[in-house]
Amino acid sequence: MQRFINDPDLVVEDTVKGFVKAHSDIVRLAENPRVVVSKDAPVAGKVGVVTGGGSGHEPAFIGYTGRNMLDAVAVGELFSSPTAKSFYDAIKEAHGGKGVVVLYGNYAGDNMNVKMATKLAAKEGIEVATVVANDDVCSAPPEEREKRRGVAGEILMWKVGGAKAAQGASLGEVRATAQKAIDNCRSIGVGLGPCTLPAVGHPNFQIEPGKMEVGIGHHGEPGVRVESLKTADAVAKDMVKIVLDDHDLPAGTEVAVLVSGLGATPLNELYILHDTIESEIALRGLKIAKVWIGNYFTSLEMVGATLTVMALDDELKTLLDVEARCTIIL
Amino acid sequence: MQTFDNASAGSIVRSMAERIVENRAYLSEIDGKIGDGDHGVNMAKGFGMAAERLKGKDASLAQSLDTLGTVLMTEIGGSMGPLYGVMFTEFAETIEGADKIDAAAYSKMLHAGLAGIQSIGSAKVGDKTLLDTLVPAVEAFDKATADGRPFDKALEALVAAAETGRDSTINLVAKIGRASRLGERSLGVLDAGATSCAIILKELAVGAQTRLVDAVG
Repeated sequence: MQRFINDPDLVVEDTVKGFVKAHSDIVRLAENPRVVVSKDAPVAGKVGVVTGGGSGHEPAFIGYTGRNMLDAVAVGELFSSPTAKSFYDAIKEAHGGKGVVVLYGNYAGDNMNVKMATKLAAKEGIEVATVVANDDVCSAPPEEREKRRGVAGEILMWKVGGAKAAQGASLGEVRATAQKAIDNCRSIGVGLGPCTLPAVGHPNFQIEPGKMEVGIGHHGEPGVRVESLKTADAVAKDMVKIVLDDHDLPAGTEVAVLVSGLGATPLNELYILHDTIESEIALRGLKIAKVWIGNYFTSLEMVGATLTVMALDDELKTLLDVEARCTIIL
Repeated sequence: MQTFDNASAGSIVRSMAERIVENRAYLSEIDGKIGDGDHGVNMAKGFGMAAERLKGKDASLAQSLDTLGTVLMTEIGGSMGPLYGVMFTEFAETIEGADKIDAAAYSKMLHAGLAGIQSIGSAKVGDKTLLDTLVPAVEAFDKATADGRPFDKALEALVAAAETGRDSTINLVAKIGRASRLGERSLGVLDAGATSCAIILKELAVGAQTRLVDAVG
């Protein structure tokens, strides 16, 4: 393995240590070393905003901790849900007296650990609301949307939820707005190469040279089809088609677009994809109001990219424009 | 009536941890076929950590199970941390007041663990999860005792049913968790959670069997 690691079992510890040192102006570590907290948190009288998930997706999840974004983040092992205790500790760190909303992705482990953390918080008198992201179109058919995984759309859900909470909204309002944000998101991933958990030592799936996996998940979950690698132009057209066919947006709808690399794809290739993505979206009569291109939500060193399209209304547009002070420019 | 002593049975948990640690690579290998290959790593980490905490302590079975459950729940995340964490803490709570454990108490303990798992997870038998081991094992134990068989024979029936249940996952399509994304491609492979559950139930049963004594009455 050509990797910058010390001990394969301490990858997460070492990552968090470096992260907190680098960004001590924005975040701090909680007493629980698996919880990263915004320096501002808890903000008295503000709904706390929390997420958490497995590591290996940096800058997600910890990189989105900060003012007007996430108050606290529970950190799991690589590709593995944080413990219920870490979610609970994150909830406690974020609680400013108005309750806490946990905005997380739809994975079996996260669902269970958040559920248990919510029970622990209730015992302490902390009111918790949750929103489960399920923006990954290829992970289940439309009639089973509740089974879909959460992917890069989560970032936009956090941005909207964080901004709404910063405006002084109630727990119910923050929850409802974050729910609307994720309901308005659709995402698709395309993988060109696998990734390796250092403690395992070999890739957990394979993509043959010259092939690509359409609909791949953030941990290498199989997509809907494996086919020959096509030009960026053709791939981008496929991605837009899959996302927008599922979305059914009326012409004239304003949208936000997020193109993220999965870890080992050069940024220039994301721009190559975006050149066609933007044209294709415009061809459908949609108006692009905001665009983000970069490594926003990765999967270790997976080769590939994701596309997220979010339908906007006035409220979502305003909230996405609220400046967030986290380690990532959004 | 056969019973075993709670206070002196704590080392069953340490033996269970040894088996899990021994099977670290095997469990990860199975998991790697349809999951992300870290089941053995995470299980060995949690059980190893619990064994470390219990080392040199004269803990009862209830106390040892509570330590194990707490470590899994607070230190090991993923899906297995909360699932096994709840199971072992429920086991512990059910038997903590008992000096002697008989078949009825053992059954109560198994049911509490199963109920705990079902309260946080949404899997059913046939979904290719640890429930495919646990549910038939509990049923076999209850059936054996209902048929009037002694505790040790009921434990034998439990282990046999757990192993049959584990093997049944080879022919199941995963319906839940990460492997469920594979659909039909998850056929032909054991479920890692069902496999570790069979190891756990067997170790617990064998530990109990070797400690059984005939109590008067």
